[in-house]
Amino acid sequence: MMIKATINKIEVEVEEGTTILEAARIVGFKIPTLCYNPDLKPEGSCGICVVEVEGAPAMKRACMTRLERGWKVHTNTAKVRKARKEIVELILSNHEMDCLVCVKNQSCELQHVASLVGINTLTYPRIEKKWAVDTTSPSIIRDQNKCILCGRCIQICSNIQTVNALTLDQRGFNTQISDAFNEGMGNSVCVNCGQCTVYCPVGALYEKSHTDKVWEALNDPDKHVVVQEAPAVRAMLGEEFGMETGTLVSGKMHAALRRMKFDAVFDTNFTADLTILEEGTEVVGRIKANKNIPLITSCSPGWVKFLETFYPHLIHLASTAKSPQAMFGTLSKTYYAELKGIPPEKIVSVSIMPCTAKKFEAERPELRSSGYQDVDYVLTTREIARMMKEAGIDLREMPDEPADDPLGEYTGAATIFGATGGVMEAALRSAYFLITGRELENIDILAVRGMTGIKEMEINIDGLALKVAVAHGLGNARILLDKVSAQLANEGKSEYHIIEVMACPGGCVGGGGQPWGSDMARRARRNETLFAEDRSLPLRRSHQNPSITAIYEKFLGHPNSEKSHHLLHTHYFKRSPVDGKVVSE
Amino acid sequence: MSDTDTNHECVCAQLSEEELYPRLELIIEEHRNKPHELIMALHKAQNLFGYLPRKVQQMVAEGLKVSLNEIYGVITFYSFFSTVPKGRHSVKVCLGTACYVRGGQQTLEKVGKELGAKVGDTTEDRRYSLDVVRCIGACGLAPAMLVDDDVYGRVKSTKIMEILDQYK
Amino acid sequence: MNMVRNHVLISIDANTIIAGARAVEDALIKEIARQGLSQEIVVLETGSVGIEDQGVVLVVYPEGIYYTNITPAEVPELVEEHLLKGRVVHRLMLKETPKRFVITKEKTGLMKEQPRIVLKNCGFINPESIDEAIAADGYQAAAKALSSMKPDEIIAEVKHAGLTGRGGAAFPTGLKWEFASKVDNPVKYIVCNADEGEPGTFKDRLILEGDPHKLIESMIIGGYATGATKGFVYIRGEYELSIERLEKAIADARSYGLLGTNIFDSGFDFDITVMKGAGAYVCGEETALIESIEGKRGHPRNKPPYPITAGLWGKPTIVNNVETLSNIPEIILKGAENFKKYGTEKCSGTKVYTILGHVATPGLIETEMGTTLRDIIFEYGGGIKDGKRFKCALVGGAAGAFLGPDMLDVKMDFVNLREYAAALGSGAILVMDEDTDIVDMLKSVLHFFKHESCGHCVPCRLGTARLVELIDRIAASKGTSKDVEGLTRISETMKDTSFCPLGQSLILPVSSSLKYFKDEILARVQ
Repeated sequence: MMIKATINKIEVEVEEGTTILEAARIVGFKIPTLCYNPDLKPEGSCGICVVEVEGAPAMKRACMTRLERGWKVHTNTAKVRKARKEIVELILSNHEMDCLVCVKNQSCELQHVASLVGINTLTYPRIEKKWAVDTTSPSIIRDQNKCILCGRCIQICSNIQTVNALTLDQRGFNTQISDAFNEGMGNSVCVNCGQCTVYCPVGALYEKSHTDKVWEALNDPDKHVVVQEAPAVRAMLGEEFGMETGTLVSGKMHAALRRMKFDAVFDTNFTADLTILEEGTEVVGRIKANKNIPLITSCSPGWVKFLETFYPHLIHLASTAKSPQAMFGTLSKTYYAELKGIPPEKIVSVSIMPCTAKKFEAERPELRSSGYQDVDYVLTTREIARMMKEAGIDLREMPDEPADDPLGEYTGAATIFGATGGVMEAALRSAYFLITGRELENIDILAVRGMTGIKEMEINIDGLALKVAVAHGLGNARILLDKVSAQLANEGKSEYHIIEVMACPGGCVGGGGQPWGSDMARRARRNETLFAEDRSLPLRRSHQNPSITAIYEKFLGHPNSEKSHHLLHTHYFKRSPVDGKVVSE
Repeated sequence: MSDTDTNHECVCAQLSEEELYPRLELIIEEHRNKPHELIMALHKAQNLFGYLPRKVQQMVAEGLKVSLNEIYGVITFYSFFSTVPKGRHSVKVCLGTACYVRGGQQTLEKVGKELGAKVGDTTEDRRYSLDVVRCIGACGLAPAMLVDDDVYGRVKSTKIMEILDQYK
Repeated sequence: MNMVRNHVLISIDANTIIAGARAVEDALIKEIARQGLSQEIVVLETGSVGIEDQGVVLVVYPEGIYYTNITPAEVPELVEEHLLKGRVVHRLMLKETPKRFVITKEKTGLMKEQPRIVLKNCGFINPESIDEAIAADGYQAAAKALSSMKPDEIIAEVKHAGLTGRGGAAFPTGLKWEFASKVDNPVKYIVCNADEGEPGTFKDRLILEGDPHKLIESMIIGGYATGATKGFVYIRGEYELSIERLEKAIADARSYGLLGTNIFDSGFDFDITVMKGAGAYVCGEETALIESIEGKRGHPRNKPPYPITAGLWGKPTIVNNVETLSNIPEIILKGAENFKKYGTEKCSGTKVYTILGHVATPGLIETEMGTTLRDIIFEYGGGIKDGKRFKCALVGGAAGAFLGPDMLDVKMDFVNLREYAAALGSGAILVMDEDTDIVDMLKSVLHFFKHESCGHCVPCRLGTARLVELIDRIAASKGTSKDVEGLTRISETMKDTSFCPLGQSLILPVSSSLKYFKDEILARVQ
């Protein structure tokens, strides 16, 4: 039903249930907000979006108040402006304002709001820094001194990801965001997905940076620094340089990295293709043996820790194939080292990821098949953008360049790894070939694409009805896994053969290491970018990648060979649902 | 609320923590898979242990199907619940408005001085914990002080030691 | 049948238990037996008789003599003199019976009758005996309502009576019930808010301790009228005795078939669960209370939706205060017209007050709506202690207003006080004499709010912290006039933008103290 009301004397007609905030946008008024985020349930904690409604005793919060018939709303009265200013001043009085040295400088929502409401003096004395910074996590730093207690991190962690790592601790003025027992995120069930860092409006949650170490390696003439970039990075690195959301920058990215003096610029897409061969062969084997079905993908390290922590009884279903990042790390210090005649200890393997959990993955003690830590440093999209800027590189000015051989060539199947459903689509393209020996004709498998939380489809491969499911966001993964778990317990088997899970909503394009303010709408656009690159590439099936054929011929033998197993496969651990620590193998 | 013997008496003084866990199981059984009864379960668990050790929180969370972050958030929100062991006797001075106007602050200072403890502290011999309460609804007796479950009204500073000495 | 000569009422409540009431009771029973009077003298436990500061209190009927500060040592003399020989022990008697102890007309005739609706049975019956409650008309209203009235008739009666919420908001109870009854949902809840956290208020405690069955009865009627079949009583965690008594009362009511299925053969099912609070003032706010019953942190919810449409577990939920509910049986039994005889045009009925601070006799009274502050302090409270002068009274709890001498003759009810930018709130009246330091008082109030802010919204979480900082500076004589302005500015922002009433109402103590005592406060700053 439509209702009529006025906002600043302008008549507005909206669907019943529309908030004042949304209605005001329709008639051209952008009410300032701070705690509000379109992807999350409004909590109304900051109060900056207050407006006056004629006849109402108190001001209303525009973000969470539904416009009612006949209301006369005023968004810009003297009283409203004074209240907003006062609120922002109160927040600033309790905020560690080291803005110039803050990771969020110039992308901080508090900074933005302070300038919007016109703060030009500070009335209240600043409080002293009172909290210790939490550095216990391998991936995420938590600095309470900057927190404004908007609650977004808790919502994304508990309601959307269902990890439940974060909570409000204490009350009133002493309230802080903490993990259960306040022992640090590194000692909690946090899976390092980093969604909290993406949604944090200020600099209270951000990635543990490896930039200094990478600079050090780049400046060390003794080190041979190689770099890989995950599929999703090319779909959003441009945003950090003011380019349109969804601009594809694969070639410019390779060029920029080369100018930063990386000794070899490879591409994670190469090992994404390799993953498909290993995982595809594994799934065909499991189906033939009718064992450990469904196979669940294991590329997403946040997801892997989630599985180990909350579904330890299902870890045998995870594909043993390492993630593309980890395969690359191993190959850079084995295959590439041999080929080049460089001692592996001199190789520094750097990865650029859309992901904070990859930092955790790199430090997993079992991922040392080369005899060294396979991946040394992990930079998020945000970190590499900062480094490029520091190096005086404007991505927009870069030419398009390909990645280096032998770990740089890739197919369209690899590039869609960054989108939800992409791993499944790539796997099906090759599995069809592995089973039938023929190529799948229509390789655009639309049923597994898109932003729907859980997607399912059945594909008939020469009479074998293969049922697959795709979940993105850990909340959706939980729903799917609960179903699988119940099916296995009750019927001894699941209806699914392959399940793809990506920890972050939207897939890697929505990763915890992506540019700040990465909302769901933007994630969908970035997904499109990856599918567009897929369509533009001459080869779109992983098994057709000539460099993949070459590495099997020269080095690995064949998919799932003994050498492959040794170098490219891994195992998982049961973890405690209390603190995420390993309890047994 | 049920009438099990786990309900009221704090028996933590007589039994070791390990011996209390079977009793905790009984409490959890009453509330199993009922997350909304969390606060009642925590009251009982705290009556049993005197505080809410981490293991107790974990067991209650698991039994009632409440996530750990949620139970921790609840425990730290409510002033009744404590995650640190307290002294054998809890001394609480009321600073509600009625007590305040009748000298509650002076009582607090005196008690603090006598015990050598600040608000929130436990004395070194673990005999007393000192806390402040905001109104215990005994305003007619202001200024009031609670030692364990005993309320002392019209507390005179000269009588404070006499009161505290009764609690060994 | 025994010829009972005397009833001795012994007040057993939190205050008297502390003063040793149990020991006195034991001594009394033993001594009566020793004197061979057990057949003639009955000792009855009762809730508070309304005297808060006089140790163990005994009332001997039919004479209506009050003995105060009784210890076991006095018992033999009392029994021998009064109960055996019939001679009043003047030494132990309450010297001057204050008006509020004059409970019934027939007692003296000297004093004005005090209407007793809410506290009717408090102090007269043994609250742990369901039989005594029934003998005192308990459950009669419920019987009448369930067997001869339709839900909408009950609602019409309550609406007509003009009963409004006594917890502070003063929303018309009948209207609330009507809204709830019209919500189409098979599951509804009725919640009694007994999380009495306002400093200086303990009326609900004494109602619960003195007459728990009245609350149960009221909730049965409320449930029947609105279609709620499940009740919750959320009681402040500190109120151990209230919880104990109410739980016993509920168990007794169940065994008498007054709770459970098919009550009074009406086909109506109803039961009550007691929830113990855990120490958070904000849980007195109805949506925070609902969160707490759900086992969560007590953060208030956004309104709308109001609990009436989506409350406990998203179901329609009626939240009423203890005192509000305790008026219901009287309205049902004697009718709305009778109820409206009491009080003012806009607010009918009575109000229970707690009078505290620098008055001669602090305690609990029930008086008609519209009684002036002067009457409450000087008639019922016995005037200012030690012959000092009245300075002001903090009315309505910490979230109330300071009222100065010019307000002494204003008729106090919910509507009228609002016109003076004050609030009746919970009915707490904290009286301050001329020597009281107003800055110190305000400091206490602001510290209280900082401690009790839930922390959800910025204006309250940080506003209270800043206010405390300012008042501490002013109290230490280190502030400036700018700091005094800051008090007003912040509390105004809090009034406009705080998420819930806790933060919104802080303006009352701040602005009222500045209204009366600006000079005194400014004298403290540089």
